[in-house]
Amino acid sequence: MPRIYLDYNATTPVRQEVIEAMLPYLHTHFGNPSSVHWAGRRAKQGLEDAREQVAALIHARAAEVVFTSGGTESNNLAFWGVLRAVDGEKTHIVTTAIEHSSVLETARSLAQHHGYRVTIVPVDGEGRVHPEDLRAALRAETALVSIGLANNEIGTIQAVPLLSRIVRERGILFHVDAVQGAGKLPLDVDALGVDLLSLSAHKIYGPKGIGALYIRKGTPFAPLLRGGAQERERRPGTENVAAAVGFGVAAALAARELEASATRFFQLTTKLWQGIRARIPEVFLNGPEHDRLPNTLNVGFVGASGEGLMMGLDLAGIAVSTGSACAAGALEPSHVLLALGRDPSAAQSAIRFSVGKETTEQEVDYLLTVLPQIVARVRAAGRTHEGAG
Amino acid sequence: MNRQPFNNEGDTGDADRSLAVWPQPLPPGRRILAALSGGVDSAVAAALLVEAGYEVIAISMLLAGNAESHDGGCCSLDDFQDARRVTEQLGIPHYVLNLKEAFRRRVMDVFTAEYLRGRTPNPCLLCNRDVKFDLLWQRAQELDAQGIATGHYARVRYNPARGRYQLLRGVDQRKDQSYFLFPLTQAQLARTLFPVGHLTKTAVRAKAAALGLRVAEKPESQDICFIPDGDYARFIEQHLPQDYRRAGEIVDHEGHVLGTHPGIHRFTIGQRRGLGIGGLAEPRYVTHIDPETNRVTVGSKTQLMARGLIAREVNWIEDLPQGACVATVKTRYRQPAIPARVVPQPHGRAEVWFVHPHAGVTPGQAAVFYDGDRVLGGGWIERGL
Repeated sequence: MPRIYLDYNATTPVRQEVIEAMLPYLHTHFGNPSSVHWAGRRAKQGLEDAREQVAALIHARAAEVVFTSGGTESNNLAFWGVLRAVDGEKTHIVTTAIEHSSVLETARSLAQHHGYRVTIVPVDGEGRVHPEDLRAALRAETALVSIGLANNEIGTIQAVPLLSRIVRERGILFHVDAVQGAGKLPLDVDALGVDLLSLSAHKIYGPKGIGALYIRKGTPFAPLLRGGAQERERRPGTENVAAAVGFGVAAALAARELEASATRFFQLTTKLWQGIRARIPEVFLNGPEHDRLPNTLNVGFVGASGEGLMMGLDLAGIAVSTGSACAAGALEPSHVLLALGRDPSAAQSAIRFSVGKETTEQEVDYLLTVLPQIVARVRAAGRTHEGAG
Repeated sequence: MNRQPFNNEGDTGDADRSLAVWPQPLPPGRRILAALSGGVDSAVAAALLVEAGYEVIAISMLLAGNAESHDGGCCSLDDFQDARRVTEQLGIPHYVLNLKEAFRRRVMDVFTAEYLRGRTPNPCLLCNRDVKFDLLWQRAQELDAQGIATGHYARVRYNPARGRYQLLRGVDQRKDQSYFLFPLTQAQLARTLFPVGHLTKTAVRAKAAALGLRVAEKPESQDICFIPDGDYARFIEQHLPQDYRRAGEIVDHEGHVLGTHPGIHRFTIGQRRGLGIGGLAEPRYVTHIDPETNRVTVGSKTQLMARGLIAREVNWIEDLPQGACVATVKTRYRQPAIPARVVPQPHGRAEVWFVHPHAGVTPGQAAVFYDGDRVLGGGWIERGL
């Protein structure tokens, strides 16, 4: 049975170049970068080279990049770091209905336990935030706005330069979760107009367990963890040097290959969407057809359960995703698709395909040969159990 | 396959050891969905299917709540983790199905509503009839699987003379769970395997230990899975409709008011404790619960006795008897089957007449009719006679 991986938005394999760059830092250059001796200096050099590479990916300065444990920590740190440092009167935050759980749950926790008020800006049927909705959500006491650059489930890209102008001309800080945008879209913190920006290495063929938070120079910020002086006291704790080095190399390669990758990804997902439409009746796209993450395609199959489709594809060797899993491993209805206004049964009929560097046309062709039969079977089972769900 | 038509002597074992009960035994290599709870029985069931050469796909069902970790229930995170680790040992894929919505509507809501009707519902029966076997089979069809399997202690056998599937008690009489399976239809029996039904619990544990399965020593789960602390009265109170009238009278069979009660959902037929009417000469038992008047009637042990019962929604696994038939009847899972005469009635009902008066006929529970090891059928207890 072939093994076909079409879930690159979940994670990516670590590139060979990245592995090779990391290995010396696990043993030969093992020093603690805070140590002043030769061993520490060598490790520090690798860490700071990596910081420059990550900064270059987003056209920032190295001093503005803080390494974290990943996207979730970066998003948490953006909220907590800013809110603990700004004027205590500013107790209002704004985000959207389709953010990653690390943003939405942080906002929920701030509202439930810390007295903040949260405004959730709606999105349209393709997942876009409209400038007038954002403008209407802002208040005198708004401290922070957090909006994802590109949605991991449906691939919608927000007009961040436009949105950031609305936010920042009111003197409000703007955070962007760019975890899914990196390696697929050009990133420039000045062009985007952001104060804070989250990144994760494992979405761009780097290792898991490392990410970064960009904090524009001058942004009010108080660290969440207390300890040593690492990361300019913004994130204490001995740095994960080998992972940071891997992140740096992955970022450099992502920047270099961005254009070619994006073009190829878009061709693959376009071929997939056209193939699905030609072979399978009653399908619809979640998210925009053109102005989307080039590698992401979210398709609803009317009358089929996404859970059943995902399992059927898995048993045929094809890894895709649907919704997100709870602690027990059961799939939950997607909050993103519900926010688009899809009814629950339509939301639960969706499959996300996300392609990556190692995806081939042959793999897409193979998927297109097995998918119609799986969809037909899941639909038929659903019909005989009408109302059983 | 046992070719003896319709024998009453129970299962002698030898000819019936094959796991597949289809008229044409399912050849090895076919795909089967096995439900895994995280306990030892379903783990061994899946292991036996793997050994028999089937392509086994393990399914755990998330039924209730947010799967908080707790002891005793069947939906704790630890149980899902145990199920997952077992499937890794067996080398088979494992998925967790999200059945919370169906379970809430068809089991938890019904559970509450039944108590408010003065009945004592059996959630495992509701779940088997209306959630588990149907939705597992739906996934099986979606995944092109030919059968489903669970870790119940029961057996299915095809009777070629009648062209029907029979449901039999598990070989281990103390573990027998055929009571919970009476609602299964012929179509469901045809596609369902109970691989541990011909084993004793001791043998199941030994098998698990021999295979090195990590759940070999795991204790039994006892409670209702969505009420892990066992306080079902509190659960119901949290789910009561706004306008629910709670307090009412406790009366005796002559209509004398003996006291008051906080709500009929706190009572079940045969209950002795918690009535708050001490100081009487002989013990009093709940004999009747009336949701109309909100009254709980208590009486003596004699008054608790029923001569029979009326069952509704009867499912006949064997051919519908012509007239009365002699059987043994279980009116609760943890009670022995007692001798009785079962008389089919129109509209899916049956009258059951006990040979000796019987205590504890509880509306909402099931009455399951046996002939030896064979389940003849069963229904939901409407009322005592």
